[in-house]
Amino acid sequence: MNVLIPLRTIVVKEIVRFVRIWPQTLLPPAITTALYFLIFGKLIGSRIGTIEGASYMDYIVPGIILMSVISHSYANVVSSFYSTKFQRNIEELLVAPVPNWVILAGYISGGVIRGLLVGIVVTLISLLFTSIAVQNIFITLSIAFLTAVLFALAGFINAILAESFDDISIIPNFVLTPLSYLGGVFYSVGMLPEIWQTISKGNPILYMVNTFRYGLIGVSDVNIEFAYLITIGFIVMAVFFSLLMLHKGVGIKN
Amino acid sequence: MNALSIRKLRKTYNNGFEALKGIDLDVAEGDFFALLGPNGAGKSTAIGIISSLVNSSSGQVSIFGHDLNTDRANAKCCLGVVPQEVNFNQFDTVRSIVFNQAGYYGIPRQRAIERTEICLKQMDLWDKRDTVSRRLSGGMKRRVMIARAMVHEPKLLILDEPTAGVDIEIRRSMWKMMQTLNDNGTTIILTTHYLEEAESLCRNIAIIDQGNIVENTDMASLLARLHVDHFVLDLAEPLLTLPDIAGYQIDSVTDKVLNVTVPKAIGLNALFNELSRLNIRVVSLKNKSNRLEQLFMDLIDSSAEGNHS
Repeated sequence: MNVLIPLRTIVVKEIVRFVRIWPQTLLPPAITTALYFLIFGKLIGSRIGTIEGASYMDYIVPGIILMSVISHSYANVVSSFYSTKFQRNIEELLVAPVPNWVILAGYISGGVIRGLLVGIVVTLISLLFTSIAVQNIFITLSIAFLTAVLFALAGFINAILAESFDDISIIPNFVLTPLSYLGGVFYSVGMLPEIWQTISKGNPILYMVNTFRYGLIGVSDVNIEFAYLITIGFIVMAVFFSLLMLHKGVGIKN
Repeated sequence: MNALSIRKLRKTYNNGFEALKGIDLDVAEGDFFALLGPNGAGKSTAIGIISSLVNSSSGQVSIFGHDLNTDRANAKCCLGVVPQEVNFNQFDTVRSIVFNQAGYYGIPRQRAIERTEICLKQMDLWDKRDTVSRRLSGGMKRRVMIARAMVHEPKLLILDEPTAGVDIEIRRSMWKMMQTLNDNGTTIILTTHYLEEAESLCRNIAIIDQGNIVENTDMASLLARLHVDHFVLDLAEPLLTLPDIAGYQIDSVTDKVLNVTVPKAIGLNALFNELSRLNIRVVSLKNKSNRLEQLFMDLIDSSAEGNHS
């Protein structure tokens, strides 16, 4: 069997799903981030001055773009896969000869595509407030892609382990949002007391945000090679864990 | 070749409940096979394992010779499953549900479009192809699930209580449809609580109870084991007292309707002779189905007694 056919079917189904509900999936980030840029960038940012040579507006743009990519790649997979599980239409995939890696790749692709699409929307909104001269296009695109993959995988794991709709909102609200806000989106970790600088270095989002910022405006608080290593390392672990759970049928089979 | 072959299949759930206790079962290619059993007997677990929705504890399942553990993809390609409850995305259109399922089986796009059209027309759903599925009636939703299960042309189709909760008109149209599928070569395994459905459609039968197969035979042999028939007699005039006729058990339903249990060894002639002698005029006679129901209850009762003793 040509496994590209079921893979394409899942990916197209996922794209159709989030495009069909675009007022819930694509519109809100445009409005929210426009408010971020207006309030933090224009109104408050103009009084803050520069961080590492960049205006505050330019400094927060990369973080806000990547934060949107993170939350939407995660949200797409966690809500879609959990709904599939909840409505039991996961059985459509389980009775068919679809390999587990194709199920995983299909849902992750859907999450990555939505995350990157939202990233593009937010980038376009940011251009209304500032101009971006990309410093390194390869780093910018690769870290955005890898971040989307990682958080789509995290959403998948959350969906598999979730037993109720409450369970799919706990991680985004109580883990993802704090880590994103504390991941150097709005500030440089160098501005923190030393103890908080050390604690912040345990936050993986810090590495992705700073690498993305380095790609866009050439400013970073972290070592870029180490950031790639961390991101790819987490992806490998998450892929392995997801496939193991699919193989065992955790949360989807009796 | 057997369409389905099960050997020593066991399933013990995490809570310790032993749903299947090492069952063996063969279903021949082309058969219309009934798998019956009371609620909680193990039917759904067995079907769940065959359709890869439940992990077995031990044992072997093969579908058209493809072992489910070692040759799962080919085994799955031979199988279509119509579950008991609606399990498609109710926000999708009828066409996309069937078309996507074709994609999951690796059917190329153009062929998937053709198969979707064929299956929806077979199920009389082509006019509803662009309807969002949650707007369909219960009977239509079941037909969508059959169309979806047939889209990859499976050689074995499992229908898990396909007519539960649908009205008699839809039920009869579904019987006709199932019969046509079987006539066209699809092996069918049917589970149902409507025993007259199994009696009229199926050639072979297995009865499962408390995780064991308690009966596995052809329908004719099973029904031949029934030693009595039940008849309903409509009388011309009301009766004041019930007739007492040796060898027959007679109960009154109303003063003009009698239930009579007739031992096959004695037959009906002696009954009518006696009724004539007593000047009781019978207007009409009908067989009180369901013969299979009687056997089913006997088997389940004896299975329960066996477990208690």
